[in-house]
Amino acid sequence: MNDAAVRARGLTRRFGDFTAVDAITFEVAAGEVFGFLGANGAGKTTAIRMLTGLLRPTSGEASVAGHDVRTEPDAIKRSIGYMSQRFSLYEDLTPRENIRLYGGIYGLPRSEIRRRTDHLLERLGLVSAADELVAGLPLGWKQKLAFSVALLHEPDIVFLDEPTGGVDPVTRRQFWEMIYEAAASGTTAFVTTHYMDEAEYCDRLSIMVSGRIAALGTPEELKREHGVDSIEDVFVRLARGGPEDS
Amino acid sequence: MKTDVVVRDLVRTFDDTTALAGVSFEVAAGELFGFIGPDGAGKTTLFRILATLMAPDRGSAEVLGYDVVDDMWALRRRVGYMPGRFSLYPDLSVLENLSFFASVFGTTVARQYDRIAPIYRQIEPFAARRAGALSGGMKQKLALSCALVHEPEILFLDEPTTGVDAVSRREFWDMLQGLRDDGLTIVVSTPYMDEADRCDRVALLDGGRILRIDAPAALGRTYGRPLLAVRGGDRYRLLKALRELPHTASVYPFGASLHYTDARADAAPEALAVELRDALAAAGFADADVRPIEPDIEDVFMALMGAAA
Amino acid sequence: MSTPDRDRSLRRVLGVLGGFIRKETRHILRDRQTLAVLLALPLVEVLLFGFVIRTDVENVRIGFVVPTPDEATAALVTRFRGSDLFSPIGTWTSTDPLPALFERGELDQAIVLEPDFAADLGRGRAHLLIVTDASDPNTGSAMSTYAQQVIRGYEREAAPAPPLIDSRIRIRFDPTLESRNLFVPGLIALVLTIVSALMTSIAITREKERGTMEVLLVSPLRPWQIIVGKVAPYLLLAFINALTALGAAWLVFGVPFRGSLVLLLFESLLYIFVSLALGVFVSTRAQSQRAAMLGAVAGLLMPSTLLSGMIFPIHSMPAWLRPITNIVPATWFIEIARGVMLKGVGLAHLWQETLILILMAAVLTVASVRNFDTRLSG
Repeated sequence: MNDAAVRARGLTRRFGDFTAVDAITFEVAAGEVFGFLGANGAGKTTAIRMLTGLLRPTSGEASVAGHDVRTEPDAIKRSIGYMSQRFSLYEDLTPRENIRLYGGIYGLPRSEIRRRTDHLLERLGLVSAADELVAGLPLGWKQKLAFSVALLHEPDIVFLDEPTGGVDPVTRRQFWEMIYEAAASGTTAFVTTHYMDEAEYCDRLSIMVSGRIAALGTPEELKREHGVDSIEDVFVRLARGGPEDS
Repeated sequence: MKTDVVVRDLVRTFDDTTALAGVSFEVAAGELFGFIGPDGAGKTTLFRILATLMAPDRGSAEVLGYDVVDDMWALRRRVGYMPGRFSLYPDLSVLENLSFFASVFGTTVARQYDRIAPIYRQIEPFAARRAGALSGGMKQKLALSCALVHEPEILFLDEPTTGVDAVSRREFWDMLQGLRDDGLTIVVSTPYMDEADRCDRVALLDGGRILRIDAPAALGRTYGRPLLAVRGGDRYRLLKALRELPHTASVYPFGASLHYTDARADAAPEALAVELRDALAAAGFADADVRPIEPDIEDVFMALMGAAA
Repeated sequence: MSTPDRDRSLRRVLGVLGGFIRKETRHILRDRQTLAVLLALPLVEVLLFGFVIRTDVENVRIGFVVPTPDEATAALVTRFRGSDLFSPIGTWTSTDPLPALFERGELDQAIVLEPDFAADLGRGRAHLLIVTDASDPNTGSAMSTYAQQVIRGYEREAAPAPPLIDSRIRIRFDPTLESRNLFVPGLIALVLTIVSALMTSIAITREKERGTMEVLLVSPLRPWQIIVGKVAPYLLLAFINALTALGAAWLVFGVPFRGSLVLLLFESLLYIFVSLALGVFVSTRAQSQRAAMLGAVAGLLMPSTLLSGMIFPIHSMPAWLRPITNIVPATWFIEIARGVMLKGVGLAHLWQETLILILMAAVLTVASVRNFDTRLSG
């Protein structure tokens, strides 16, 4: 057991005779901001599901926060934070109620929940909207709140699945500052995104094509390797090289 | 110069949200016109009104000379529309979808083949495949083919590239420019700022209001303040250090670098670069790379958002 | 500045409709699971209901308590044995075993005779007790009635004097008291309601939910064209179901068909039409498939089952409820179906009910077309 936040070796998942994830191997160090990129259908979602303990691998191994994904999926679920674009908060509850709900789910004592609720609401500037339904909040506020809730139980690693989709450019960047802050205090961030400029914000990133990892390294390394100026160009070169329809 | 779209003071609210708070603009015939803005800006509501799917609360909109409310049926024959999410039939094949939409407009795929060929040819090999089994990029091409099959005089495409990978997005915009070159008027919306460069003119939309309308190149000129790109060292620490400086108007991460805007509108960019480099070196960032840059659409958008707030 | 519509030519309209109907048919055929259910549903329902639901009784497990057996008691017990409605379980000399047997559900009924039954009979005054397990109220009273009939029969044999009133029971049109004959018309109505109303309302709201309705609206398609295109395949499907259900009822259960089959099929078609229009109407009010299903079930299936006379006779409903049953289309169809199937009457007797269905169809069709949203709601 090492102290890598995420460790995958030959991680594979097959569905019938279709191989969605084909023996991927990579590591994410503690406190790193790791970008996990790939086109739709490249296998990203399946890989994340395996890492978060939601799906059993067909072969290979992986550990998250020191727990084996195959034998300790429940321990994993307890020690990670998760936020996806599709599901984060309950729209028909207030921010306060959402925080209380998740605090309870993560098993935090009630006094602790109260303390963190106040702290969180103040830091996000949501005190005035604390008791309004989440459905009425602007998208940007929802994203930020969802992220904070994912961190409520102070996990070692947080998985963010396209967290900034559709959000305005200012809020997007404010969101990334929150990610940086979390990373600075030791939380590892595992992020997927369709915004290529956000890929540049990561310490290291990987790009999946057709179930395999086609690129792994810092943004600078990848750009140099492919002789291009932006991660988008790296992406385009890798994606074009792949088989199948576009 | 013929105007295909004329919108005046359009207002639309839902319960207590104001989706459009008084929008006015014009689109010339044969133009590739883009609406850039994040979710909730009002893009979908605007497009639905222009496609006669919704009536505005106040204001007026004319497309091809027809009023969107009073001349609804005349417009529905002439407009090509692609809504924000995939809205074709996943259990029908590519060809079946296309034939259906052709028949609804009283025509056939065969009759329209030459017109839609530039786009349709790319997915023709998959004509028998079920639409639900297509990749994101191919779905968009199919949707575009279906929108074109009845020879519309104008196209309204609501976020056609959302959720599609970077390669397909590029290809899609190539196709749009090709259609524009053939004389079709196209009105597109997108949350991706970099796609704005592909349009003839762009309207920046946020919170139900238009912040500015102009050609992409011209937009940068309205920035009004010096803009510098800064790189080097720990990004997060660099960000905080820059924010501490006395004349900082804003600092935002932009890809690999940070965009620093200085509050002194008249300052010479080159001199500022030197000043900044020195200040950063003093703060412990010895190898900071500082250079003046031209603002792109995203810079402009964010500055306008801040000003409007 | 409005141009006259050029889409008026009949060929064009038919071409548009044809394309639409073709698309709808493809949807239905490709949804294998739903299709299987829709085609098998009437068959399964008719069979299930037919075999399972009985308010008449058979094989009543009966026991006898005969403290002093003699010729008279033997003759009485033999009578019960001879009837194929009863299955004698045993004869005991005391009532002690009874409570346990009833509780365990091993006994449905018991006849308890007094000691010296024959002697009492001779004196003109004998007593017996009929104990019935009426935990199923439907069968309880029937069992008591049958038991009494058997006893009456014995009485007539044994007693020399003719009774003062000789009352017999005859059930008109249903001499065998087969309840399934009464049910089947209601079943057919139920099946048709499900296929026509429920499926149609789901089909239309599915378009809304998927977002495909949005694209359909930005086209020259008029509401009536969309409705006809959506509804036509279900008309065919429902008609096939009607044939299947009637076929099953006739072949498997021997339900009589005393009237004109052609008339019955015509009325079925008419009822299908009403249900389809109802389904469309529900869909114009519903924004999601779930809402459509709720609307169809609560607003259609429940009233059709409870208020149409299918299971519970209308004349035994409270007076205030009876007018409400007139609004339920199934009520009229069941009357018509029973009339044609069981009584063998023709249009001359049923023209009023038929007219009511035609009226309902017209009103619902107009309402649906007018209520159809040609724009998206907010």
